[in-house]
Amino acid sequence: MTSLPADGLVVVAKADCPTCRLIEPLLTELSAAGPLQVLVQDDPEFGASLPSTHFDQSLEHSWRLHTEFVPTLIRFDNGRETARTYGWDKAEWRAISGLTDLGEELPVMRPGCGSKTLEPGIAEKLELAFGDVKLQSREIDVSAEDDAIEACYARGWSDGLPVVPPTAVRVLRMLKGTQRDPQEVIGIMPPDLVPCTIEKVAINAVMAGCKPEYMPVLLAALEASLDDDFGLHGLICTTMFGSPMIMVNGPIAKAIGMNSGNNALGQGNRANATIGRALQLIIRNVGGGRPGEIDRATLGNPGKYTFCFAEAEDSDWLPLAQERGIPAGRSAVTIFPGEGVQGIIDQKSRDPESLARSIAESLRAVDNVKLAMAGDAVLVVAPDHARIFIEAGWSKQRLREKLEQLLLAPGENLVTGARGMAEGIPEKFRDKQVPKFRPGGLLIVRAGGTAGLFSAIIAGWAASGPVGSSPVTREVTL
Amino acid sequence: MNESILLDPTAENAPAERARLPRPDNLNGKVVGLLDISKPRGNVFLDRIEEQLSAIGVSVKRYSKPTFTRPAPTELKQQIAGEVDVLVEGLAD
Repeated sequence: MTSLPADGLVVVAKADCPTCRLIEPLLTELSAAGPLQVLVQDDPEFGASLPSTHFDQSLEHSWRLHTEFVPTLIRFDNGRETARTYGWDKAEWRAISGLTDLGEELPVMRPGCGSKTLEPGIAEKLELAFGDVKLQSREIDVSAEDDAIEACYARGWSDGLPVVPPTAVRVLRMLKGTQRDPQEVIGIMPPDLVPCTIEKVAINAVMAGCKPEYMPVLLAALEASLDDDFGLHGLICTTMFGSPMIMVNGPIAKAIGMNSGNNALGQGNRANATIGRALQLIIRNVGGGRPGEIDRATLGNPGKYTFCFAEAEDSDWLPLAQERGIPAGRSAVTIFPGEGVQGIIDQKSRDPESLARSIAESLRAVDNVKLAMAGDAVLVVAPDHARIFIEAGWSKQRLREKLEQLLLAPGENLVTGARGMAEGIPEKFRDKQVPKFRPGGLLIVRAGGTAGLFSAIIAGWAASGPVGSSPVTREVTL
Repeated sequence: MNESILLDPTAENAPAERARLPRPDNLNGKVVGLLDISKPRGNVFLDRIEEQLSAIGVSVKRYSKPTFTRPAPTELKQQIAGEVDVLVEGLAD
């Protein structure tokens, strides 16, 4: 690297910039008056007659000087920058150079051009080359293969859909979405029990199609998944259906454009789609949880591609995260071992009692109508159904209590063998009133479009609670 | 954007090079396919392999590509994958 003058002037210029061409004749005068280093970004012919012109082909000088515009004029005194101007501003250039009649024949002012260091794709390359961030992941050379997406498939990095090839530039951009150190270990990733760094999260987020601004939600979801209460290890390995499902509350959902409205549980929203998918790719690629290997799911469910949505918080109902202890106005994720979606159609109930009964009967189907206190469930109430409760003054809590009461069932109907079905709960419950869900095992959220008298059940893992998985809520920190 | 260098998204417990599919320990009960890519004298090599495999009681199926200048047609690849456990390709020249 050329050394810059400890005392003197530096001019950063681009031959392609008309304003730089305008000031080019002044460089001789500046050079005669004292030490001058000219750094030209694009063409060694610019200012070539001067002894001190340096072709900054790698752009390292320009980058280290944080150059945003050309021309930029910088004064150094005792090795430290003491003045800077950019573009052509006659008064500023005269003040900084000390030459009181500099550029007499030039106009008073001309704006400059953007520095080459800030051109798309260049800034990240320069930061990778010269910056403090040092990515640690192994580089895989796929140049012998004609299509990087196919190369990712060939290495087993995909969930079956195409992934975005994780280049260093893309990963660096993704890391801009968090303040956290790329080498920070976020936790030990099951099932292979390997440390998972923020950098590995970012790589998989790139592949999933995330934007950098989704990183705080993804990191909170991953941390929640790695909480011991969630039991991710067992959930990955089970023969049953469930897999991590992410529910998002608070201002972050709107800020990153998440969908809590029409088709909230469906396709078509980038944040919903890619945050859920990134978590699944981390499980696959970092954790080693691949189907047919240690993921022993008999059937699985489509949510294992991605399952992430936001709660619609525009009602009197308390958002899920606040019910679970997060202060109002903060953002949080709740992670749940979700199966697929079972719709509840009730287009005739107009009072809360009737609708609660209808929902309760539908909830009996979770796991098996004859099983109880096995799997948790999330009840997603769409706005048309929610309105019936809200207008009658029913809070979520009141609805939950009513459902719990309606779901109490005589043990004699549920025990093994009862009603001609071998499946059922142990005989010891025969004379008891049995709740469908364990305490705290029924979560209620409001989401969906504003037309449709529907709700939906997302059943949890049949090993819910301390024996398997409990939902975990984690605040999203920016 | 240059996509020839990718960052490994895995825990890096496996070698960076793509792993080969596991090789069978022996050919007992396996069906072996012999693929002639249609280069001259490839059949001579494959005939001899077939003789030797048949002599030890291994079943053999023969296939050939229409031309060595192009990858095998999808139908042929699917047929081979459905019919054999192991494939030997004769790259004669």
